[in-house]
Amino acid sequence: MTAPVIEFRGVGLTYPGPPAVAALRPCDLRVPRGEFVTVVGPSGSGKSTFLNVAGLLDSPTCGRYLLDGIDTAALPDRSRAALRGRRIGFVFQAFHLLPHRSALENVTLAMLYTEVPRKERLVRAREVLAQVGLAHRADAVPGRLSGGERQRVAIARALVGRPSLLLCDEPTGNLDSANAASVLALLDELHGAGMTVVVITHDPGVAARGHRTVTLHDGRLRA
Amino acid sequence: MTPPVRTTRLSARDTLSEALAGILRRPGRAVLTALGTVLGVGSFVAVLGLTATLSSRIDGRFNLLTATEVSVQDVAAEHDEFAGPAFPADAEQRLRQVAGIAHAGVLWTVRLDPGTAVGSLPTGAGAGAAEGGAGGGGTAVVAASPGAVAALAPTLRQGRLYDEFAERTHQRVAVLGSGVADRLGITTLATRPVVHIGQEPFTVAGIIADVERRPEHLLSVLVPRATAEELWGPPGPASASLLIDTELGAARQVAGLVPLALRPDHPEYLKAVPPPDPRVLRSGVTSDLSALFLLLAGICLVIGAVGIANTTLVAVLERTGEIGLRRALGARGRHVWAQFLTESAALGALGGLVGTALGELTVVGVSLVRDWTPVIHPATVAAAPLAGLLTGLLAGLHPAWRAARIEPAEALRR
Ligand SMILES: Nc1ncnc2c1ncn2[C@@H]1O[C@H](COP(=O)(O)OP(=O)(O)OP(=O)(O)O)[C@@H](O)[C@H]1O
Ligand SMILES: [Mg+2]
Repeated sequence: MTAPVIEFRGVGLTYPGPPAVAALRPCDLRVPRGEFVTVVGPSGSGKSTFLNVAGLLDSPTCGRYLLDGIDTAALPDRSRAALRGRRIGFVFQAFHLLPHRSALENVTLAMLYTEVPRKERLVRAREVLAQVGLAHRADAVPGRLSGGERQRVAIARALVGRPSLLLCDEPTGNLDSANAASVLALLDELHGAGMTVVVITHDPGVAARGHRTVTLHDGRLRA
Repeated sequence: MTPPVRTTRLSARDTLSEALAGILRRPGRAVLTALGTVLGVGSFVAVLGLTATLSSRIDGRFNLLTATEVSVQDVAAEHDEFAGPAFPADAEQRLRQVAGIAHAGVLWTVRLDPGTAVGSLPTGAGAGAAEGGAGGGGTAVVAASPGAVAALAPTLRQGRLYDEFAERTHQRVAVLGSGVADRLGITTLATRPVVHIGQEPFTVAGIIADVERRPEHLLSVLVPRATAEELWGPPGPASASLLIDTELGAARQVAGLVPLALRPDHPEYLKAVPPPDPRVLRSGVTSDLSALFLLLAGICLVIGAVGIANTTLVAVLERTGEIGLRRALGARGRHVWAQFLTESAALGALGGLVGTALGELTVVGVSLVRDWTPVIHPATVAAAPLAGLLTGLLAGLHPAWRAARIEPAEALRR
């Protein structure tokens, strides 16, 4: 049997402050390979904090976090960077697209650090942009894209590195129902292909798509 | 411990293309950032170029001729009123012993009695002032040994110079400067023309078109030294001088040896004047002119560096989100560091290139206006963009370090 993709053992994160904020209280969580988990909770409940910890962008202040069975606490910075680059795909709440680069270049950026040859980067980026229905906007800069189009570029960037874990912070937050439906269909498809997906949302409709919904309230996680 | 996954990497080519994209996608900002370096490097090149141009002009003035000329003055009268002429009669023979001398000879302007003039016809006592009296034409009679004539480096228009034989046999021959020949209307030697100095007739042996030293002698009649001494007596105190044409590089050494070779008893009677040392003059120009400007250029470059450092630091803070994103996509701190450092170095190099071009334009422009030949050392042209690159590199160190230290989660929250 393989190790779960995410395994929290008493993981918690307190921002030192002052005043100290217990953004994520110590909790246990297991997300087995191939699962589709949704995380819900009110604003400020610690959803983005949870995602940062799960994505190795932030280190927990207590507990042990095992990613794919690897104890991440002992890892040097270069291994954390490598895990982020090669195994995890991020879709951020604020997109974080580079404003002066085209959609295509923004997507290729996800392969810059993982030794994908330059030519292949372009080919793959075009493929994934087509997959999210943006083939015709590949050369536009983010400033010329609609909110929904930007979100889809961000999703394309998260997918293009073929991660084993996809972490999405409000991936449908800016989309109308039609676009949201197509993004959700895409997530379903990826999950169907074996990808482990964690989606943060406050939309009950989106939350219902997951196998399992985890609730956050005041930093307290309930599986 | 072996890492559980292959570490990420950023190839040199990708680092460069990311850095260039960072610059080229925001050209306006890049120009402003690099402006200081452009000005600094530009003024460096301009100052060095103008200095090189000026010193080459000085070098030009110190051409071969001036560098190989030594003149020796008779200063005997300063030491002893009754010393008499300082140059021995056999001066030229003695100088054969000194190495490094090509031509040498004694010459002086003959003091003629009032009323004695140079003309086609006899003049002087009883004859009255003839055509072209001494005052009007200003024709000087110069006693010059054959060696002295050769040391003038003359170009003949017609005829020949008188030789040692003419000197030894006290011949009445003369070589005319072109100015004198023109004034006397002597155009050809085919008619064996004669000039009179006072009553004394001299056969014209040759006409000098030009001399490379002492151009005043183009207005003189040159006669053999021995002839002059026989007719008009020895040179007056302090009127004779010795002109020496030395071999290249020997001038200073010759100047040191000659007084002793000619007057071992009283070397102080002779004062040898070597050519000025061009190196001394050039370094004088360099230190006077360019030290200040180089300082200013240096200040410009420092300002340029501070400018790049500031703008890059602002860019780092502004691009915190980008840094966080790159870290999320697998970039290590050192990748971020390399990217920002390369960006600032590339900006510096670009500024250096533009500055070099502007500096060269300045040198060429100034030279054009002043009618100089612009000289820029290749080393300056090669080093200037490197100076820009170095400036950018140094300026980028701190911002790049700051960028590398930004925590990914912190950066993404912006
Ligand atoms: N760097 C920080 N220092 C101190 N407190 C922080 C910091 N970052 C977040 N917090 C606090 O931690 C709590 C959880 O924040 P988080 O961003 O995880 O909320 P969230 O659930 O993602 O909210 P939203 O739905 O609005 O995005 C909040 O109370 C927030 O103010
Ligand atoms: Mg959030």
